Amino acid sequence: MILSIKRVPTVVSNYQKEEAEEGARHATGCGRNCLRSCCLPGAKLPLYAFTKMGNVVGEKGSFDIENKEPPVNFLDSLLLGEWEDRMQRGLFRYDVTACETKVIPGEYGFIAQLNEGRHLKKRPTEFRVDKVLQPFDENKFNFTKVGQEEVLFQFEGREDNEVQFFPNEPIDIDNSPSVVAINVSPIEYGHVLLIPRILECLPQRIDRESFLLALYMAVEAGNPYFRLGYNSLGAFATINHLHFQAYYLATPFPIEKAPSKKITTTTGGVKISDILNYPVRGLVFEGGNALEDLSNVVSDSCICLQENNIPYNVLIADCGKRIFLFPQCYAEKQALGEVSSELLDTQVNPAVWEISGHMVLKRKEDYEEASEENAWRLLAEVSLSEERLQEVKELIFEAICCNMDEEIVTRVMKDESDVTPQSHDDMDGLKGSRPAMVPA
Amino acid sequence: MEPQLGFIEKSFDLRYSDLVREALDELPDCFTITDPCICGHPIVFASKGFLKMVGYSKDEVIGRNGRIFQGPETDRRSVMEIREAIREEKAIEISLLNYRKDGTPFWMLFQMCPVFSKEDGRVINFVGVQVPILRKLRLSGNGIVRSEMSLREAGNGAREILFRCCRSEVCSDSILELGHASCLESVSSNDDREFDINEPCEASELEKTKASTAISNILSVLTHYSELTGKLVCRKRYCLSGNRQLGASLNICLGRIKQSFVLTDALLPDMPIVYASEGFLKLTGYSRHEVLGRNCRFLSGTDTDPTAQFQMKECIQYQQACTVRILNYRKDRTSFWNFLHISPVRNASGKVAFFVGIQIDDHCKNHETNSLSPEMQQLSVVGAVKVAVRSLSMGASTS
Ligand SMILES: Cc1cc2nc3c(=O)[nH]c(=O)nc-3n(C[C@H](O)[C@H](O)[C@H](O)COP(=O)(O)O)c2cc1C
Repeated sequence: MILSIKRVPTVVSNYQKEEAEEGARHATGCGRNCLRSCCLPGAKLPLYAFTKMGNVVGEKGSFDIENKEPPVNFLDSLLLGEWEDRMQRGLFRYDVTACETKVIPGEYGFIAQLNEGRHLKKRPTEFRVDKVLQPFDENKFNFTKVGQEEVLFQFEGREDNEVQFFPNEPIDIDNSPSVVAINVSPIEYGHVLLIPRILECLPQRIDRESFLLALYMAVEAGNPYFRLGYNSLGAFATINHLHFQAYYLATPFPIEKAPSKKITTTTGGVKISDILNYPVRGLVFEGGNALEDLSNVVSDSCICLQENNIPYNVLIADCGKRIFLFPQCYAEKQALGEVSSELLDTQVNPAVWEISGHMVLKRKEDYEEASEENAWRLLAEVSLSEERLQEVKELIFEAICCNMDEEIVTRVMKDESDVTPQSHDDMDGLKGSRPAMVPA
Repeated sequence: MEPQLGFIEKSFDLRYSDLVREALDELPDCFTITDPCICGHPIVFASKGFLKMVGYSKDEVIGRNGRIFQGPETDRRSVMEIREAIREEKAIEISLLNYRKDGTPFWMLFQMCPVFSKEDGRVINFVGVQVPILRKLRLSGNGIVRSEMSLREAGNGAREILFRCCRSEVCSDSILELGHASCLESVSSNDDREFDINEPCEASELEKTKASTAISNILSVLTHYSELTGKLVCRKRYCLSGNRQLGASLNICLGRIKQSFVLTDALLPDMPIVYASEGFLKLTGYSRHEVLGRNCRFLSGTDTDPTAQFQMKECIQYQQACTVRILNYRKDRTSFWNFLHISPVRNASGKVAFFVGIQIDDHCKNHETNSLSPEMQQLSVVGAVKVAVRSLSMGASTS
């Protein structure tokens, strides 16, 4: 049996609607200035190159007294500026700042937005929800088909010591750049898509390198109100081309207010905790001796989930200092007819933003009646049961442990004098005993 | 470095006179005072007790943001609560793990409150008091060995030492450090004592009272010295109406933007300026109180082209963005070509509540090839302002 749901797909690009009429086009360019071989030769885009510094997560906020300069975050300015430029050029389907929004009274402060335009003019489409990993399909819409004007800049890491910016840099076809593009149906100001190595046409599937790129973006932006999210297939991703989403919302998300309880600290210094008192059960990852420690533990967890065919959502919050992971089962329930019609009628698709507490509502009555109770009721349906989560956690921990064992072994082999391996099964490393790392 | 520090301290002295530092130095407590109107929200005053406690010199602390005392084990949720309290201009009390310069962590009770200008209700400073909290020591697996209780039972003497550790005379060998030393020992053998710095730490009533008392004392000093300069401050703000309150609160969100820009209130007659950035004051030579409440047309003068003015007027009327090049005048009546971008800004209800205007002195419009173009910089300010206004007006601030 194939499980599928019908939903209105989100239009993320102005070229998405033409999908159906797509025919074979010719080599001199398809006339749309897209990102495929027909239009790429000679194409240029701004390039932001960050430094892969390999230091502790985000001491970015504090500025060097040497440097004199207060923190001005270049990436933040670049993104906001380019986005506003596209807004003034009229590339979006609506002005998201004209959509009413509010914080719902209550303990958590769920956020509601009334967005009547987002799903207009699109017919519901069938989405398969029982396979988290599906092969890339060239015939479906993918981000190589967006217009170049929808792409804001190229984003890459270099070994240099300084951030570099090139306002007009050729697109290196052989090196498949990662790019940041607008979402033409934004759910908040600055809504963009980060598409790792776009020309490689990777399917929606986390790998270590791509996740690290996303984490770097959060660190580089250095703005706690700029968060990145990821939806796996089966957890409300609609496009099977690897992408992360991000936008600005200068208020805390309810998930960020939820308390947590530490389960363990990995040998790499990554603290893993249970999320408490929140309708969707999940894990929080934070810390890590280096950014890569944090990144690898999270991406290994994601890889474990997708390989076990468990749909999930990820939120990168707090400038990359906290990462939330939610395995979920809503789409499956929906496909099996186990979700009440009352919830289905709201047409809220519980993807990463909704799970984090930002609810985009399509009907005025839902917006006006939005309450913490309603939000809670919807999100409770998204969550795995306590028992199921326990099983899933065991899978995850097993995966992380194995990887760590391997890494320690290879590290020891590479540099025996330097690394004294901690006991392999002692996940609960002597955290408090490590010399503290503070910006000096 | 010097001019920067000088500038940072000057704004403080201007409001409270140069005498205020001496008076504050007489208070025994650990505290810092910040200025949210300066880019990066830096510390502008740090008490001797505080410097002693964290092990930094004054110059290492002034001009920097309080977050430099945080480290890997500092609870991010608590940091978020502080961030939100600042954004909402509210007081907060919270236990927080901080680090000294030498990297050793310690728990403290952090109390913070805003200080308002009596004149216009804007936040002028934040005062933060840091009271060290005594931690429990644990034997791994075996429960508490030396608890806070047992120390407390050891008599007031023990607690006295702790309190005094933030006064100048006693410090380095306080109980806190001893505790930490024994935790370092435990590293060698796993079954020894372990000091789990991770564990959340509750302050006692005594510590809370100490913090509140310190805040009151600092505020009375600040209030007193602000009377000397006539720029009065107070602990409670008087209520402003909706949009004006918003305009005042934008300070903190927009403070880190260096460009010259103003916000004007679209809901008030004749669109008065409700926010002027540091960059704007520098560019035009006016001081803040001279421009707040006025329409931007005072920048125009005899040789200003009326068609440019008309163009702006029209854009504003149709709530559209526009860019003009217009001859403007500084306070000293010297003129400059203003490359000006204006854009409407909507609030959370989706209504245009402000206009933002970003000025670039056309003469200084030198564009380094590897930075954002002046046009892009203007647009990024528009973006930042839109995000700030939208979010700040979403209302229903939560607990
Ligand atoms: C008056 C004042 C004093 C502060 N003192 C400290 C401090 O001693 N230690 C600390 O960790 N944070 C302190 N902070 C908090 C940080 O400056 C900062 O506001 C906090 O980390 C949250 O914001 P962020 O996300 O910008 O870091 C202080 C803030 C203020 C306003």
